[in-house]
Amino acid sequence: MVFSSRLFLRCVLVVLALLLALPVLTVLFSWAQWNDASASILAEMASTVLPDYVGTSLLLCALVSVGVISMGTVSAAAVTLFDFPMRRSLEWALLLPLAMPAYVVAYAYTDYLQFSGPLQTGIRAAFGLEGRVFPEVRNVWGAACVFTLALYPYVYLLARTALSERANHLMEAARLLGAPLSRRIMRVALPLARPAIAAGTALALMETLADFGVSSYFGIQTFTAGIYKAWLVMDNRIAAAQLATLLLIVVVALLAAEQRAQSRLRFSSARADRHSSESQPLKLHGLSAAFVWTLCVLPVLCGFVLPVLFMVRALLQGDGVVDLPWDRFMQWSLTSLSLGGMTALLAVGAALLLAAQARLHPNWLTRQAMGVVSLGYAVPGAVIVVGLLLPVGWVQATWPQSGVGFWLTATVLGLVWAYLVRFVAVALQSVQSGYARVPASLDDSARMLGTSGLSLVRRVHWPLLKKPLAAATLLVLVDVMKELPATLVLRPFNTDTLAVMAYQLARDERLGEAALPSLALVLVGLLPVILLSRTLRRS
Amino acid sequence: MRRTLTVLSLAISAVSAGLFSTTAFADEQVINLYSARHYPTDEALYSDFTKATGIKINRVDSDDAGIIARLKAEGTASPADVILLVDAARLWKGEVDGMFLPIKSKTLETAVPTQLRAKPSDDGGTAWFGLSTRARVVVYDKLKVKREDVDTYEELADPKNKGKLCIRSGSHPYNLSLFGAMTEHLGPAATETWLKGMVDNMARAPKGGDTDQIKAVASGECGIAVTNTYYLARLMRSTNPAEKAVAERVGVVFPNQQSWGTHVNVAGGAVARYSKNQTNAVKFLEYLVSPEAQNHFANGNNEWPVVKGMKLDNPALKAMTGGNFKSELVPISAVGMNQIKVQQMLDRVGFK
Repeated sequence: MVFSSRLFLRCVLVVLALLLALPVLTVLFSWAQWNDASASILAEMASTVLPDYVGTSLLLCALVSVGVISMGTVSAAAVTLFDFPMRRSLEWALLLPLAMPAYVVAYAYTDYLQFSGPLQTGIRAAFGLEGRVFPEVRNVWGAACVFTLALYPYVYLLARTALSERANHLMEAARLLGAPLSRRIMRVALPLARPAIAAGTALALMETLADFGVSSYFGIQTFTAGIYKAWLVMDNRIAAAQLATLLLIVVVALLAAEQRAQSRLRFSSARADRHSSESQPLKLHGLSAAFVWTLCVLPVLCGFVLPVLFMVRALLQGDGVVDLPWDRFMQWSLTSLSLGGMTALLAVGAALLLAAQARLHPNWLTRQAMGVVSLGYAVPGAVIVVGLLLPVGWVQATWPQSGVGFWLTATVLGLVWAYLVRFVAVALQSVQSGYARVPASLDDSARMLGTSGLSLVRRVHWPLLKKPLAAATLLVLVDVMKELPATLVLRPFNTDTLAVMAYQLARDERLGEAALPSLALVLVGLLPVILLSRTLRRS
Repeated sequence: MRRTLTVLSLAISAVSAGLFSTTAFADEQVINLYSARHYPTDEALYSDFTKATGIKINRVDSDDAGIIARLKAEGTASPADVILLVDAARLWKGEVDGMFLPIKSKTLETAVPTQLRAKPSDDGGTAWFGLSTRARVVVYDKLKVKREDVDTYEELADPKNKGKLCIRSGSHPYNLSLFGAMTEHLGPAATETWLKGMVDNMARAPKGGDTDQIKAVASGECGIAVTNTYYLARLMRSTNPAEKAVAERVGVVFPNQQSWGTHVNVAGGAVARYSKNQTNAVKFLEYLVSPEAQNHFANGNNEWPVVKGMKLDNPALKAMTGGNFKSELVPISAVGMNQIKVQQMLDRVGFK
């Protein structure tokens, strides 16, 4: 009985991993389809633009890493370790930029700050100046700022979860041994949060590498721009997929380096003692309180409040808003929420299954499966679509009666599949960093007491993983609501989402009108952000 | 936590029941439309058709490449009946890839000029029909640039315009089609030199859309810019004073009126290869060349109608040209075929 259930579980895992890995495998398979046309395109690009793409992408990643790690960690440490005015509000407000798609932040800032925008125009008019008042927003540096503001919540959320569950007895011990606060933070709290910070940064970097919206609008030449060019302009999906594999190699290297670094450290600790004096945040006064307060307010201000204000301004100034089909906003919102919610529950379930398997039965196969599944997040959405549509097209052509091509796009099956391929990695990162803090000794004790397998997961892991699982649900939910390339191509008839509407209007260069669905997207995205933030605090 | 998740799951299951419902085909008068047109003003076009014929439209708006990829994967199971694309090269590519079903329709053949539709297949069917055109024009700063300095595309690369040019990414379909057409006029070598000249003349690296370029001219950041006419017309017709002021500050030139004419791109429609509602699909395309629909393209979205002799009822388009201009007659297949060549030229000369 035990054997058969274990076998069944393994089969489920293999099928799940294969389904999630299919687009990535299709992309890898592109090298087997090497032909002269793709070879000549790659050779031509390598001699002209590829070095530039690689350099730009690396620079962007370096800048975004510095940005999200500092912004995410500082704010997470501030709200968990210190007490200062408005701390409770800022605790959830710091998550607000999560509801903002990076491309919306980019549109909002550009519209306001560019040469022809109201700020520069106003300054020129007021002081009788000519020419540029401050540097161009739309370049690599500007993009790095946009990504930092839009993506730091990944680091913040995971680091905050880790820090609030920090090993209080270790902090207590450090205090008793006479370590000053700064030393306790640097040597105890932050190293304990490191897997979470690393996981959050990995997510932010993968999102940056997969982005097309911001980089195309800013006119910066990233590697993803090259992939899109090969696919859309050169009409060569093989060359595009081959380029995408190079991107995957970079991501594999990143993830491998991070895992190696982490494996040298043990992060797990026993359950935090809620009554320890160290679990009470340190009360700050005067200048230090003002300083920490500013550090926490700035990300919210720049990542949420200002873009929203800029959009509201564009909305009020634009015309044609009356042409928008207002009555359909509720439908678009519900579609966005339900697609996000459905995917979030499935993604978290799949991630828990995978992570539990890796925990209980670590072996080569499980590690490889997790690795391949994790890659999905770094693959640009459009490449996932191609990676999914190519094999489906092949099945449809081979067995025309199967109707698989129809089921993929006439229902939400294909769309949810694509979402899962892309976002299970998000859930997995969160669950894994949660698992990293659950000591293996607990598993051993449970086994000695006769609990193993799924029962161990249910009775021991689940209660300890509730917070990371809630965080994972939230991340996937809002990520799906913001997703564009797959939603554009794979959604069934008459199934528009807020992100699609915002994109369609922005693509038509109606930024004023695009502001409305963008704001609605932010508003709808706020519901789960607030709901789950409260849940995280309570549980 | 548990309560939150329960509420979430209930809400999801309620809505997903609706999302999982597949498209109904049997007996219902319907067409399934894949459209790369992304203009909210088209809503009126579709609802008018349903009102007039009783045929319901199920629609997915996506971009051209996404539509083609989706059609290829769906194969014979594709539910698509009509496909609308917004770029000549993409229409040609769809035809070459066998995505479209060549059709015969007297109405369409009479309404759409020969150069704005696919070449007839062996059995006399036509794979796609142009429905509206967009002119790619030059706008200039009336205070700083002389009109005669920018009245041909070739002059965009002239050293006299150094440091003045603003243009969106070279890889955007609108630019690729213009450059593809130029390759036909000038030949590949001269086109590459021309592209290099434009890079040398740029006031800033390519970024943003066409509206951004017009605003950049109006704010004094650049002297000249390249744009499709409907973006300018929209600004001209805006009720927002700031946008109106932008349009008033810039002048517009329809280039090459003394030679081969201004480049026009075409938005067109086709019946999907495996359409299950062919009669309705053809009816819809025929409706799109009717006076009402053509008037909608001109008035609703500031495009140029394809049907000759249409009374243009758009003050902005009239103001630009008096309602008429000379447009180039480069074969659309040539524009499509030049696309890869053009992208490689752009990469070589550093045109981003």
